[in-house]
Amino acid sequence: MIRFESVTKEFPDGTVAVDALSLTAPTGKITVLVGPSGCGKTTSLRMINRMIEPTGGRILIDDRDTSTIDAAELRRGIGYVIQHAGLFPHRTILANITTVPLLLGWDKARATSHALELMDRVGLPQSFAKRYPSQLSGGQQQRVGVARALAADPPVMLMDEPFSAVDPIVREQLQDEFLRLQEEIGTTIVFVTHDIDEAIKLGDQVAVLRVGGRLAQLAAPEELLSRPVDDFVADFVGRDRGYRTLGFRTAPFPTSSEPTVRLGASAADARGVTDDPWVLVLDDDDHPVGWVERERLDGTVTRDALHRGGTVASTDGPLRQALDAALSAPSGRGVIVGPDGVFVGTVRARDLIEPIEASAARERAASSADASGDEAGEGAGEGIVVAEPKAL
Amino acid sequence: MINDIIAWLTDSAHRDDIVQRLLEHLQYVLLATVIAAGVAIPAGMWVGHTGRGKFAVVNISGFARAIPTLGLLFFIVLWLGPSLSGDLAFLLPSLIVLVVLAIPPILAGTYAGIDEVDPAARDAARGMGMRGWQVLFKVEVPCALPLIFSGLRSALLQVVATATIAATVGLGGLGRFLIDGLAVRDYPQMASGAVLVAALALVIDLVAAVVQRFAVSRGVTGRFRTRRARVAVGSTAESPATAESPATTTVGTAH
Repeated sequence: MIRFESVTKEFPDGTVAVDALSLTAPTGKITVLVGPSGCGKTTSLRMINRMIEPTGGRILIDDRDTSTIDAAELRRGIGYVIQHAGLFPHRTILANITTVPLLLGWDKARATSHALELMDRVGLPQSFAKRYPSQLSGGQQQRVGVARALAADPPVMLMDEPFSAVDPIVREQLQDEFLRLQEEIGTTIVFVTHDIDEAIKLGDQVAVLRVGGRLAQLAAPEELLSRPVDDFVADFVGRDRGYRTLGFRTAPFPTSSEPTVRLGASAADARGVTDDPWVLVLDDDDHPVGWVERERLDGTVTRDALHRGGTVASTDGPLRQALDAALSAPSGRGVIVGPDGVFVGTVRARDLIEPIEASAARERAASSADASGDEAGEGAGEGIVVAEPKAL
Repeated sequence: MINDIIAWLTDSAHRDDIVQRLLEHLQYVLLATVIAAGVAIPAGMWVGHTGRGKFAVVNISGFARAIPTLGLLFFIVLWLGPSLSGDLAFLLPSLIVLVVLAIPPILAGTYAGIDEVDPAARDAARGMGMRGWQVLFKVEVPCALPLIFSGLRSALLQVVATATIAATVGLGGLGRFLIDGLAVRDYPQMASGAVLVAALALVIDLVAAVVQRFAVSRGVTGRFRTRRARVAVGSTAESPATAESPATTTVGTAH
């Protein structure tokens, strides 16, 4: 656990970068600091490992005041990932990753075997071990950066815009893998970004800072979207807040059966199963691969003939995914799969409205002591305790 | 003329003289460069690492380059000579002049090399818990080596050429052939002396290049052997890899 106790940083020229910041980053969770440029988010992060010394207040890691620990010792116990990875160009990937373990005096064999294991974990082939950073792409370098930060199994990791210098596709991939990795290792992470979508995607809790280094709101991502405390946070969080909130809500929704054909089926088969202009295609493992338009089919159903626009949602995924699947499907019927990727059925947008409203009502009821339990009651299912209805 | 030079150089009567002068010359060069490096490399490291005194480095380098070497030599001989005895009265002034000449390129190279280290790498090194000296020796210096070497090599070339002036105050070295040749209007001897200086400069630079090749990390120079190149050149270990050629072993597009 990392605790800021009214931490202040005033630079010698009088600029106050961070102003009496108090917040707690809980153990094993990702806390994201987000805000416009000049809000002191990077300064706050760098005060944790004393790359910048606070001018007021204290920072405690597991109840130890960081100012009482030798700065270099402190930093060896904290993983550190920065924007451009900052790899050492003269060292091989392996030597980069083993930096901190060797500083800590691990023997070389142990450091090496652990480094190779970490390369696996962050998705780097072990054949990269003997390469140099300049031989890797930006995304690969950033994976090395993460592996290097984790090399000595630090309980705490600081990440300063680690994914912002890579292209959007790679960024999303790195974010997904990062979340998967965090599930395995459960490190206490403080993460800085200027990108609110990244903050909402990655954070267990998000601290929105305003210019001048003041905390505007500290909340779970969903709460940030549904209840921004003021205009600044609302503006910063941006548009489509209601829709984006659906990204955090799950609820059971009804699916309908759907006629399907397999890849390789003939056009006649496809025409035979349904009168609808669009037919869903599955592969041999019952995984949906796309839609075909009946009228345009000639010969057999091949991957080339597939319409690529539709997205696929999972039964246990957020409602946003299901709604998006429905809206993006050329047939208007969203493709739904089970957790194993096997086709379950389709859902129309209109059939999602009721579960969405019910979940929103449940959310309101759960978060407000004054909420009327009427609406919440009907949809409440999965272990959510609903407060007793109370007269307003 | 060329025939005269070849005749002079291959004349067996001159062989011992040539070897002796070469060794003397080499001795001045190495002594001056080692002393200069001993002063300039630590100073350049300190300035590059702390960022303090950049202004002084730039100005000292520029100023020192403008000093007339021969004038400085005579000045120091006149000033220090009376208080020293024997050869030292001339050797020390000559060395001082050569050291003064060699310091600016080494200082500027070292400072620039360390100053230009990727700030992200430096930040990461500190953030990972390296102490100041570890950041300097484990990260900054290895990354700065190409520029440190280029400063050293440029200093060596200048010192090799300029060490001829030791002969003007009665010392040895290859400058003897120039001074003595001039005195008796023996032009083949003068020209041969010049050729020997040039040849020594080339050899020294070649040696320095080989040392640099092995001292500097491939990661810094970007000298990567591609799989294709390796196949093409077989087992010729020395063949420099072409960093520009589309690398077959590197993955991804960005470099």
